Amino acid sequence: MINIIWFLMLAVGITAAASQGEIHLITSATIEGANEAVKIAIGLIGIISLWSGMMKIATDAGLMNILAKLMHPIASMLFPEIPKNHPAMGAILLSMSANILGLGNACTPLGIKAIEELQKINPEPESASNSMCTFLAITSSSLTIVPTTIIALRTAANSNNPTEIIGTTIAATLASTTAAVIVDRFLRKFMR
Amino acid sequence: MITVINLISSWAIPVIFITIPIIGIVKKVPIYESFVEGAKEGFAVSIRIIPYLVAMFTAIKVFQKSGAMEQLVNIISPITSVLNIPKEVVPLALIRPLSGSGALGMLASIFQTYGPDSYIGRLASTIQGSTETTFYVLTVYLGAVNIRKLRHSLFSSLAADIAGFLAAVYIVSRVFG
Repeated sequence: MINIIWFLMLAVGITAAASQGEIHLITSATIEGANEAVKIAIGLIGIISLWSGMMKIATDAGLMNILAKLMHPIASMLFPEIPKNHPAMGAILLSMSANILGLGNACTPLGIKAIEELQKINPEPESASNSMCTFLAITSSSLTIVPTTIIALRTAANSNNPTEIIGTTIAATLASTTAAVIVDRFLRKFMR
Repeated sequence: MITVINLISSWAIPVIFITIPIIGIVKKVPIYESFVEGAKEGFAVSIRIIPYLVAMFTAIKVFQKSGAMEQLVNIISPITSVLNIPKEVVPLALIRPLSGSGALGMLASIFQTYGPDSYIGRLASTIQGSTETTFYVLTVYLGAVNIRKLRHSLFSSLAADIAGFLAAVYIVSRVFG
C-alpha cells in the first residue's frame, strides 16, 4: 500500500511538472525534501534523548506499570492484545496525555516510546501489530483538546477571542478519533 | 480561559521533570545513570528514522512543488462544493496529513487573508486542531522500530483525517454559521 502511494506521489508530481514545462522544479524539490527530512531528524535528537532519558527513569522506578494499571479499564477494550499491566500501556497513556494537552515537543518522543514497548510484544516484528495500528490510528486522528499552537497563532493574528475554537475542535476531534477506532476495528480483520 | 491554558502548558513539563526523578529516588533508582542510558537509546532512534523521513519527505515535496497539489484541489473542488465545503479550506485539508509546517503556514496565510475571527478562519482553526500530520506520525513512529509493513494503519489514519475534516465543516457551520 505504502509502495503504491509513494510511487504515485513521485509519478504524479513529475508528470504534473513536465506537463507545465516546469520539470526543473523536481530536482530542487527532491533535494529540498531530503534535506528537510535530515534537518527534522537532527532537530529531534535533543528532545528525543531528553524524553527517553526521563522515561527510562520512570520505567526503572516502575512508574509505567503503575500507569498501566490505572489505564487498564479503557485499555483492555482498545488494546485487547496487550498483556495486563504491561509497561506498553503506561507508555501509551503518557503519549496520549501529551497529545491531549497539546505538549507539542513531548508528543513524538513519547509516541516512539510507546511503539518501542509495543514492538517488544509484536509477534511479527516486520509488520505493524494490531495494537500498533490502533495506537497509530488514534494518535494520528488528533487527540488535542487544548490546541496550544493554533491558539498562539490566532493570538498573533490579533483574534478577539483566540480560544473560541476549543469547543468546535474538541467536538471534531471526538468525531475523528471515533472514526479511527471504528475503521481500525473493521480493517484489522481484512488486512493481515 | 487563556490564562488557565497557558498555566497548564507552562507547568506541565516542569512538574513532570521534577516528579519523575523524585519517584526515581524514592524507588532507589540510580537516576543519573538511568537517564543517560535512556538518552543513548533516544539518540539511536533519531538516527534510525532518517531513511524513512528522507523517503517520505522527498515524495511529499515533489508532489507539492510540482503543482500536482494545486491540480488535485481543482479536480476535487466540484465534489467539495456539492458537500457545501468552502473551497478556501480544501488546500489546508489536503496538505494537513502530509506536512505539519506546510499546514501551519497555510493556516497563518488564511488568518492574514480572511482574519482569524472570520467564518473561514474559525473553520480552518478547527480543521487544523482536529486532524494530524498522519504521514509524519506513521513514518517516524514505525521507522523508529524499523517496521516497513504498515498494514491497515495508513487507511484508518487517513479515514480519521477525513472524518475530522468533515466533522469540522459540519460543527463549525452549526456553531458559527
